[in-house]
Amino acid sequence: MADTAVHGHHGEVEGGKWDGGQRPMDASYGKLMMWYFLVSDAFTFAGFLIAYGTIRFSMPAWPVPDFVFAKAPFLHGEWPLIFVTFMTFVLIISSVTMVRAVQEGARENKRGVVFWMALTIVGGATFLGCQAWEWNTMINGEGVTVTKDPFSSQLEGGTYVSGKELLDADFIAKKASDAPELQGMDQHGHGHDDHAEVPHKEIMYYLKPGTKDIEENRFFVKRTHDKTFEELKADSELSFEVKDPYLITYGHDTHLYEPAAFRGEDGEIRAEAFGPIAFGSLFFFITGFHGFHVLSGVVFLIVIMINVASGLYAKRKNGYEMVEKIGLYWHFVDLVWVFVFLCFYLL
Amino acid sequence: MGHLSYEESKKVVVKGLILLGVLTIVEVAIALFANGHITSFDVGDTWMRYVYMALMIGLSLYKAYFIVYEFMHMRYEAKGLAASVLMPTMLLVWAVVAFFNEGASYGERRNVIDRKDKVEVEDPTYKIKKIGMLENTRELKKEDFK
Repeated sequence: MADTAVHGHHGEVEGGKWDGGQRPMDASYGKLMMWYFLVSDAFTFAGFLIAYGTIRFSMPAWPVPDFVFAKAPFLHGEWPLIFVTFMTFVLIISSVTMVRAVQEGARENKRGVVFWMALTIVGGATFLGCQAWEWNTMINGEGVTVTKDPFSSQLEGGTYVSGKELLDADFIAKKASDAPELQGMDQHGHGHDDHAEVPHKEIMYYLKPGTKDIEENRFFVKRTHDKTFEELKADSELSFEVKDPYLITYGHDTHLYEPAAFRGEDGEIRAEAFGPIAFGSLFFFITGFHGFHVLSGVVFLIVIMINVASGLYAKRKNGYEMVEKIGLYWHFVDLVWVFVFLCFYLL
Repeated sequence: MGHLSYEESKKVVVKGLILLGVLTIVEVAIALFANGHITSFDVGDTWMRYVYMALMIGLSLYKAYFIVYEFMHMRYEAKGLAASVLMPTMLLVWAVVAFFNEGASYGERRNVIDRKDKVEVEDPTYKIKKIGMLENTRELKKEDFK
């Protein structure tokens, strides 16, 4: 940072090293303390991410990220990792505009600082909006919460089997033809009349009519709206008579869950187990903690931008050091995202 | 502090934008390729999975290095400041090694308990079938009371 900051900092106070005449490590008190705050914050984040790794190492299987994070707004179908990549770009760009704000501050250009800080704020707010969309998709779309993880492991060997094979193998006890009341359902599993009396079962399956996006002959479970995953699991033992005590569901629509049955290497058809519960709580806690940092960063950026515009820092003639300090914090948030991105989405 | 002119530091910004952007695209492209989303190739659970993971971690560490050294200007700070900030984070290397080992150990122990819980054994005292941790029991013999 160019001729930055340090106008008139050196030798402001007369005296030797031990009389307060020299600043330790050639940095102002505020900047030094921001660095040490970031060190402690880095340890906090590291603690969370290490906990994530420890639990993940202790599990026989873990949800596969490119299946979990495969939705994108305005796009149909599966777009693995595309949306989080966009979020990463938003954060990178807002980091770059922050660097520009600090540089303009170093040359005491008030208008420049305000302009680039405003862009940074827009970037931060965009990221928060994206995260809200992602959380909503995870909770209401995929059904992941802090206590539930419907994503099966997909780690065991073998291949997925079709609905027809499941029928042939008696894996599912009843056929759709035995339940004529289900024939008229649309592709999202809703009946023509959602409130129609459904005999003897709250959870149903049916042979899916041919649709464009999902192949035919696969079984889907309709979940009544107020059912939780635990109840679904409990009910399914009765309704489905799957050989494994767990009915494994895997689907991307709010009301559709598919028994993820696979044929193991020994030829047996099995249902997959629900994924580890810890996945949801770790995901929401760690991305939430990061999002909270972004949120407070945006608040601080707004406050400091207003102060810049009011001319407060121009009077201090220290190269807009306050902008430099919030810049450090903002880059740190980007830095943390590099590792959150690595742990949750790439590995 | 700074040793770059205003024009030079503007160039660093452009360089940073391109570098971080390209690295991110490369990371995601490798991830999609390695997991079979682009071609039918999939690294699966082979040794290639470890190469893939090492690559991802390496690229992320480089991004982190760039952010700290260029965007946060650590390169232009006093050596003592850089050392006092970066050296403590080296402790995390051991934390990662120790805790991940511990995690793997939890998993192994849980497997042992799961396996033993499912073993059917004859309870020597009551002559009934039991399931669980009695796997290692045996009938008492006269020699036991000597």
